[in-house]
Amino acid sequence: MTTLTPVLTKTWDQPDSFTLAGYEREGGYRTLRRALDMEPDDIVQTVKDSGLRGRGGAGFPTGMKWGFLPPDSPNPRYLVVNADESEPGTCKDIPLMMANPHVLVEGVIISSYAIRSNHAFIYVRGEVLHVIRRLQAAVAEAYEAGYLGKDILGSGYDLELVVHTGAGAYICGEETALLDSLEGYRGQPRLKPPFPAVAGLYGGPTVINNVESIASVPSIVENGADWFTSMGTEKSAGFGIFSLSGHVTRPGQYEAPLGITLRELLDMAGGIRAGHRLKFWTPGGSSTPIFTDEHLDVPLDFESVGAAGSMLGTRALQIFDETVCVVRAVLRWSEFYAHESCGKCTPCREGTYWYKQMLKRLEAGQGSEEDLETLLDLSDNILGRSFCALGDGATSPVVSSIKLFRDEYVQHFERGRCPFDPAESTLWAGA
Amino acid sequence: MTDQQTYQITRRTAAEYDPEVRARLERDAKEIIARYPKPRSALLPMLHLVQSVDGHITQAGIDFCAEMLDITSAQVTGVATFYTQYKKAPVGEYHVGVCINTLCAVMGGDQIWEELSAHVGVGHDEATEDGKVSLERIECNAACDFAPVMTVNWEFFDNMTPEKAKELVDDLRAGKQVLPSRGPGRLCTWKEASRVLAGFPDGLAHEGVQAGPESLRGLELARERGWTAPSADADHEQSHEPVQAGEVSDPPPNEPGKPIGGDVKPGSQEGRNQ
Repeated sequence: MTTLTPVLTKTWDQPDSFTLAGYEREGGYRTLRRALDMEPDDIVQTVKDSGLRGRGGAGFPTGMKWGFLPPDSPNPRYLVVNADESEPGTCKDIPLMMANPHVLVEGVIISSYAIRSNHAFIYVRGEVLHVIRRLQAAVAEAYEAGYLGKDILGSGYDLELVVHTGAGAYICGEETALLDSLEGYRGQPRLKPPFPAVAGLYGGPTVINNVESIASVPSIVENGADWFTSMGTEKSAGFGIFSLSGHVTRPGQYEAPLGITLRELLDMAGGIRAGHRLKFWTPGGSSTPIFTDEHLDVPLDFESVGAAGSMLGTRALQIFDETVCVVRAVLRWSEFYAHESCGKCTPCREGTYWYKQMLKRLEAGQGSEEDLETLLDLSDNILGRSFCALGDGATSPVVSSIKLFRDEYVQHFERGRCPFDPAESTLWAGA
Repeated sequence: MTDQQTYQITRRTAAEYDPEVRARLERDAKEIIARYPKPRSALLPMLHLVQSVDGHITQAGIDFCAEMLDITSAQVTGVATFYTQYKKAPVGEYHVGVCINTLCAVMGGDQIWEELSAHVGVGHDEATEDGKVSLERIECNAACDFAPVMTVNWEFFDNMTPEKAKELVDDLRAGKQVLPSRGPGRLCTWKEASRVLAGFPDGLAHEGVQAGPESLRGLELARERGWTAPSADADHEQSHEPVQAGEVSDPPPNEPGKPIGGDVKPGSQEGRNQ
């Protein structure tokens, strides 16, 4: 049986966990002192050896990303933390930064030192006011304590860290759109190559990492790569925060080794809400193809979820029981993608618009069998043809739901209406 | 953003601030600009800043940002209209968001929106006549374990119901004290919130809970059952080779002239994350 492994969440039950005093009491910033005595390249090697893979969804090895920085670029290097957590269902970085912003700050300092950057940014979404306050306060406390600024702890190493607030755009979670936004432009993705490692922020070599990835760095440097790989699976090492939401008895954050299954997590969370059964779920946010109760035992690691036809994504486990209409769910996600499409490329901009139109009709019971074929054909023209992953992600719920729940789409137009009652899905249903 | 909305920025005849406001704005703007290696990076925080004065994006605010950054007003407008937090028209002193993304909608967000909107008598991105309250259908706000979720001036209100939502807005309109689920001991106004977003702390960071009950569920279970992460000095049975570049297939690099996403068979999930 897999058990939980609180590392990042370990101090969250301390009322002052977000303060410098609370963080230092639990050993915070101790690793920073050690790290500043290490060779930067040794830290990069430790992170490489740990097998840490990006926790923002794509799962690219973090140490390898750092290794892509050209050794001899004349431009300054930057570290940018992607704290624009907006993927539907994803809700791990926000509580992390609210309860323990200092572990992120310490991770930023160690990581910046490792990649020889003297300027770092945390790009946080703008709709989370209290989290922004906590980040601002943590950064101010770190400056005050001499962990940021000039000659950090007498090491001769300088680092400036800026908390930068976004303004409401899902697309800015895409790393190159984030860079454009951070430079003061509309958040639209850039053509790659060049990759940010070569030409990123202000054209300089740039590393962009997710909050949870950077927050994992202090514990890896402190405890070693072997410690990290003792958790998780061979190719998906370590721990991660799994976020359970929806129709489960105890929704919340569960930090566990990668490779845990939904069955195990549901056991811990008290199961599906009383009197109901699992219908469908997302393994890693709305951009990952949906799963059903047939996938309860798929190990939640990058390889196994991929082999089962979806993606681990952000471990955003949105759980829907049998009262939920899958067409309604997919329509709403499609409306989201249409709203958030940046408009730069035609397949995504037009494709998500037509998704919305067709799914509205289908949900209202006015569609036809032909609409399903058109939806799939349209998906063919979005996936792999969009400028960035937003378009690809938009196809996931549509294609996977038609594959798994075609009958339910058919029922809608055969009956001329949606066969479900939304009132039965609510938090207060049966109350 | 590609919604068929036309952003009509209210044009003032004299798009100028009075000298006192202007002096304060200039001082703040210079402080923001100084944070960045290049001035234009200051644009997003500066738009939050002018919103903290005007309540929404005005022509005066746009012209001010353009002048401070030495770019055109059209360039500023292009940015301001891209992001949903910059408002084309005045919002209420308390801007109320109801999450209507799939999970919250299913858990009751749709019913909350319908009942609340009817109760208040305003629709999406509209404000009441007294200027106290405005409503917005918001997208996922990264609090799904607290669904259905609402926000007021971007503070979290968790586990909402239609009744609680209506009471909340009634209290806001009546000037009663309302407290967020995970936030400080007082609710700041829309303009005050905008100033924090511009990067000027309001000193309230230490107030409120460190975490909501849902955030602690895994940790509490681990404590109850004595589960911990392995200790650093324990013998580790597993010794893995780190994952190599060739073993990772996502995200595929985008190459000019080839479909973005690599050689993915269109319409399938093949080639992704195997």
